[in-house]
Amino acid sequence: MMRDEPQAQSDQLVVADKLARLRRFTPARIGLGRAGSGQLTATSLRFMLDHARARDAVHAALDFDSIGQSLCKRDWSVVAVRSAAADRGEYLRRPDLGRRLSPADRLVIDGQQRGNDVVIVAADGLSASAIETNLLPLLDHLRRLLLAQAVSIGPLVLVEQGRVAIGDEIGELLGAKLVVVLIGERPGLSAADSLGAYVTWRPQIGTMDSSRNCISNIRPAGLSPEDAARQIVGVIGLAFKHAMTGVLLNDFRGADAIPVIGPRE
Amino acid sequence: MSYHTTIDGTRWAFHDLKTLLAKASPARSGDALAGLAAQSAIERVAAQMALADLPLKTFLNVDLVPYEEDEVTRLILDSHDLAAFEPVSHLTVGGFREWLLDTRTMTSHLTALAPGLTPEMAAAVSKIMRAQDLIAVAAKCNIVTAFRNTIGQAGRLSTRLQPNHPTDDSRGIAASLLDGLLFGAGDAVIGVNPATDTLQDYMRVVSLLDDIRERLDVPTQTCCLGHVTTAIQAINLGAPVDLVFQSIAGSEKANRGFGVSLSVLTEAHDAALSLARGTVGRNVMYFETGQGSALSADAHFGIDQQTMEARAYAIARRFTPLLVNTVVGFIGPEYLYNGKEITRAGLEDHFCGKLLGVPMGCDVCYTNHAEADQDDMDGLLTLLCAAGVTFVIAVPGADDVMLNYQSLAFHDVLYARQTLGRRCAPEFEDWLQRMGLTDADGRLLEKPASGAIGPAIAQIETMKA
Repeated sequence: MMRDEPQAQSDQLVVADKLARLRRFTPARIGLGRAGSGQLTATSLRFMLDHARARDAVHAALDFDSIGQSLCKRDWSVVAVRSAAADRGEYLRRPDLGRRLSPADRLVIDGQQRGNDVVIVAADGLSASAIETNLLPLLDHLRRLLLAQAVSIGPLVLVEQGRVAIGDEIGELLGAKLVVVLIGERPGLSAADSLGAYVTWRPQIGTMDSSRNCISNIRPAGLSPEDAARQIVGVIGLAFKHAMTGVLLNDFRGADAIPVIGPRE
Repeated sequence: MSYHTTIDGTRWAFHDLKTLLAKASPARSGDALAGLAAQSAIERVAAQMALADLPLKTFLNVDLVPYEEDEVTRLILDSHDLAAFEPVSHLTVGGFREWLLDTRTMTSHLTALAPGLTPEMAAAVSKIMRAQDLIAVAAKCNIVTAFRNTIGQAGRLSTRLQPNHPTDDSRGIAASLLDGLLFGAGDAVIGVNPATDTLQDYMRVVSLLDDIRERLDVPTQTCCLGHVTTAIQAINLGAPVDLVFQSIAGSEKANRGFGVSLSVLTEAHDAALSLARGTVGRNVMYFETGQGSALSADAHFGIDQQTMEARAYAIARRFTPLLVNTVVGFIGPEYLYNGKEITRAGLEDHFCGKLLGVPMGCDVCYTNHAEADQDDMDGLLTLLCAAGVTFVIAVPGADDVMLNYQSLAFHDVLYARQTLGRRCAPEFEDWLQRMGLTDADGRLLEKPASGAIGPAIAQIETMKA
């Protein structure tokens, strides 16, 4: 192959330089360079490190006692329960068990005060760090915005080894008009602490995912807890107005984002 | 009716067709989750032996999902082409496998056969085929589609450039898009999964993609992978929509979980056709599928996940799509537990899609809670290239920063081109050369001159978020 001309070489530097400057607009791995068709050694090893971090995040356990204590200090009435999945291994292979309360904890929920407008459920999902990082700031904003709308809020339910749909059983047992499930999303390479919020009108066991609205990517470097709370309350407002959530609610959407995607739990 | 086989004096019985299909399926976590999997390795082989002896035409007389209850079953049976089926109508499933592998069975025979096959027949024969068989037969299929370029010619591998961004920032999407073009990716489609499914966002994303495509005069098509109903609204408002996207699954109930039906898809197909934006073809639909989606919506009717997946291709082919791909490793370890299961499923999906006449691609991918890594993806990509996969998906550095999973990197596509000799779509190949991104032999230049891409990069600096 011919050597590049000097003029072309300075041109190339401009392309590489300009592409590198675009990294401030995206966390994506752009402008990586290459060794033949392969990645550069440092890039390749960096990727393996990020994957190793994500793998470890999936298997880390959330410290429910500590979270519960912090919530109590902020005057939340907290109920801590477990799903029917006995451990992480079963949780990963049996999502059906993660969607249902353990029999003992079903009785616990059944014994709570019923008939509030909104019940908030917080579950570890696939990332303990998502709850550790984002739950408290998000709840601060959520409660302030919900109370401003004169909405009654039930006890906060903390779920170990929970999936999105466990909010249906909890919401149904508590007779809630609407349930918000805050759950750790599956860790990505760039972010292992992303929280998702799923809003479901008239939750009951068997509710389809197309009947929920989701606000995703809640984390300090993504959608901030304050903005997320505003979006969640926006969806809740629409849900109460139109007595529904899900794909059909999009017909009434305003400027606020109301994504509808399947659970990324 | 019951199905049975005898091995060493032991009689193995399977009380109905869906049980037989499920027990004959190579092992995967999703079938175990559904309580459908074979209980032992021998039971699985016994089911495969009984399945091999089954006349292929059995599938025309048994509706696994009741005809009256399910529009997908009605579509499959009502559109079945008996004349096209005739060449294999006398065969058993096992005999059909040998017919497919026979060197006298050529591309033209497979093309003619496709409308005569039901998804259940394709799924059944795949269950008694090894990976090598799935590759050998799929490699003989050839399905060519076109919109602004031509996809699926022999020896070609196209790519979906997937420039996703966590908040749909226009500059971030544009940056990943140009990064991909510099790698020669994007000839199948430049397609963004929006972070939010609002109409405004959809309109902005398709306009952004169309603007860059027009400015650089790229012979490819763009797509915002929002919900199909959002796409219809956007088209009605005059948005520049090339391809309409939708996720689909193998039963009416599962599709209801996605918020779609055949009538909604027909409406979307008509709307996209009305824009007449394709220059060399009129394939305007783009579908994604994946094993486990029916089970996850509790809409699988006691049928194994691979058979349900194949049924989704019957919906796809009804709309003569430009592109279809299985998002094979995205759904998670409860359906496909590890690299081995993901690899097998990717090859099955590609084979069944091609056999049914669908332009089948694959998102070679995995999630961080599955037991898989980059080595598994390298293996699946290499196998799929041997099988003649229509297209694969690629993102910067294999890291999708919006959907939080690993797809292929632009680098991986380059590997397929350089090591496996797969070329991109012809119109796109010419464009790469015009842009000075490839040399006279079509090889991507290590350090291309700035050309027209340079100003496009500079323009991002001045764009709004």
